Amino acid sequence: MLLLQQIANGLMLGSVYVTVAVAFTLTISILNFLNFTIPTLFMLAGMVGWSLAFWGLPFGISGPLPWPLALAGGVVVAIVASLIVERFTFRYLKTRYGDSTEHAIPLVSSLGFLLILENLVRIEHGSDAQRFPGPSADLTLSLAGIHLRVPQVVSLAVVVLLVLGLVWMMKSSRIGRMLRAIAENPDAAGILGIETRRVVPVVFMLTGMLCGLAGALFAVNYGEVSPQMGEDIGSKAIAGMVVGGLGSLWGAVAGGVIIGLIEMMTIHWAGADTVQATVWGALLITLLIRPQGLFGHHAIGKGKL
Amino acid sequence: MSGYWIGLITILSINVIFAYGIFLAVATGQLNLGGAGFQALGAYAAAYLAMEMDQPLFVTIASGMIVAGVIGFAISFPILRLKGVYLVLGTFAFAEVVAGLILNSDALGGATGLPVPTFIDWDVPAIAAVIVAVGVFWLMSTRFGLVVRSVHDDEVVADLMGVNVRMVRVCAFALGAALAGLSGALYAHAYSFVEIQVFNASLSIYVLLYVLLGGAQTAWGPLFGAAFFTLLPEALRDTLPALKEAVFGALGIEGAATPPDESWRFVILGVATVLMMIFRPEGLITRTMVERLRPLNRAPRAARAEAAE
Repeated sequence: MLLLQQIANGLMLGSVYVTVAVAFTLTISILNFLNFTIPTLFMLAGMVGWSLAFWGLPFGISGPLPWPLALAGGVVVAIVASLIVERFTFRYLKTRYGDSTEHAIPLVSSLGFLLILENLVRIEHGSDAQRFPGPSADLTLSLAGIHLRVPQVVSLAVVVLLVLGLVWMMKSSRIGRMLRAIAENPDAAGILGIETRRVVPVVFMLTGMLCGLAGALFAVNYGEVSPQMGEDIGSKAIAGMVVGGLGSLWGAVAGGVIIGLIEMMTIHWAGADTVQATVWGALLITLLIRPQGLFGHHAIGKGKL
Repeated sequence: MSGYWIGLITILSINVIFAYGIFLAVATGQLNLGGAGFQALGAYAAAYLAMEMDQPLFVTIASGMIVAGVIGFAISFPILRLKGVYLVLGTFAFAEVVAGLILNSDALGGATGLPVPTFIDWDVPAIAAVIVAVGVFWLMSTRFGLVVRSVHDDEVVADLMGVNVRMVRVCAFALGAALAGLSGALYAHAYSFVEIQVFNASLSIYVLLYVLLGGAQTAWGPLFGAAFFTLLPEALRDTLPALKEAVFGALGIEGAATPPDESWRFVILGVATVLMMIFRPEGLITRTMVERLRPLNRAPRAARAEAAE
């Protein structure tokens, strides 16, 4: 029964990873860009949400906001930050062809943004973890002896809906078809009349939204936010994305859940200190044996955009 | 010399060696985001030999280098099959696995770290840094350096011209790992203590930024990048409070200006990174820049000018 409980916990934990992993995989599949600002956007949403709920709007415009409104504000800030990142990692970059480290330019830019955003938050709010005044995390639901916390179940449902919506969007909507065309070949997409400069920000908007929602769900579920909260989640999400396969939405979902389960199983059998080794070991073994992951495509990383 | 300058020279030398380790991999077009892992291997190998086996200094430092180099060599075969984003992730994962394993190893002290009995002053790292820098400059001027450049610029053409691309990459990667291990061993002795929390993901990121912002085309790049970004925070330590006071004074804000947060220095590093990638993505020091400044090239030009008269 304890094991079943751990599996349930792993699934719940996985749902946060899934959301961030989907954000990672989306930018990689469409832009061939490993966006290191994603964990920071996640943290930004949580910290801004906390700040709005605790202090209220800046410059004394209002007092502390109710927590749903505060989290919505956090998500909006994450989206705006993501769009700013788009300007400086993609729009203004000189690209020349033929250099084997050229694909690293946006990646390095995003590392720069990681430093900027994280340290700005630290300057503003300090490095300490803060308690988020959300709904009580004690609301539990017993199902055949397994205890589930209500906010976690709700966030799992939200994540499933989010991914389903995203899959539908990529598959059937006009904007999704444009994005897939850009992923396939940005030059050809341009010739066929897709305005790459107009469409690419959509990816970053989605990224900001996914990270923001993940940050909000995390704040509600765990009742605690800190400037460091992105690092751990970000690394687990990267692991999940690679295990599931780069560029595949369902792969990111499967990978996120698998990493959540691996983490819980490791804690169950070997203790919390071993988690780092097993999670990253899973990533490394996947890369060495089957780089395309469970559901990935071979075409990722062959020099696009 | 005061303790401040000794500390500064020590960390500068270690960073320069570390940056050259990553530079060798980047020069062949392989982004190595696992620098902290190799540095940790070197540091722990040296610390373990010094602590548990009472080995003399040169043995511990040499074995730190060798351990990291051999593991780098072994891991490079599978890991260099990966390309682009996958390679970045693979090296990053390697560093995390190393950190995870050391964290769980009782022999290596786990989370509490290992004390290192033999202490070195600033001179050993400084001499090592000079040797490494001269060595890398020499290496880049040999045929191997030329081959490295060709692999970086176009691996297909290099392959067609008979360059063993895979072997060049493996050699550069392993040699780079050994240098990162050397920097780790020096770190262990200079600070008399190693703990795995130091060798974290941020360290891997910083050292890669040193190399890419300094420029990976010539051996001047990492030297300049590491020096600049090690000394910049120190320079900002004095100038930032002055700057803040000036800004507050200009805005007419009265009262005691508290010294600004340490984090501002990292914000400035981040802003520099973003701006560099926009305006000069190939790094601050490029090959053309070095060639233009080289006195050897000036001599023929002067001769030509004379001939024209």
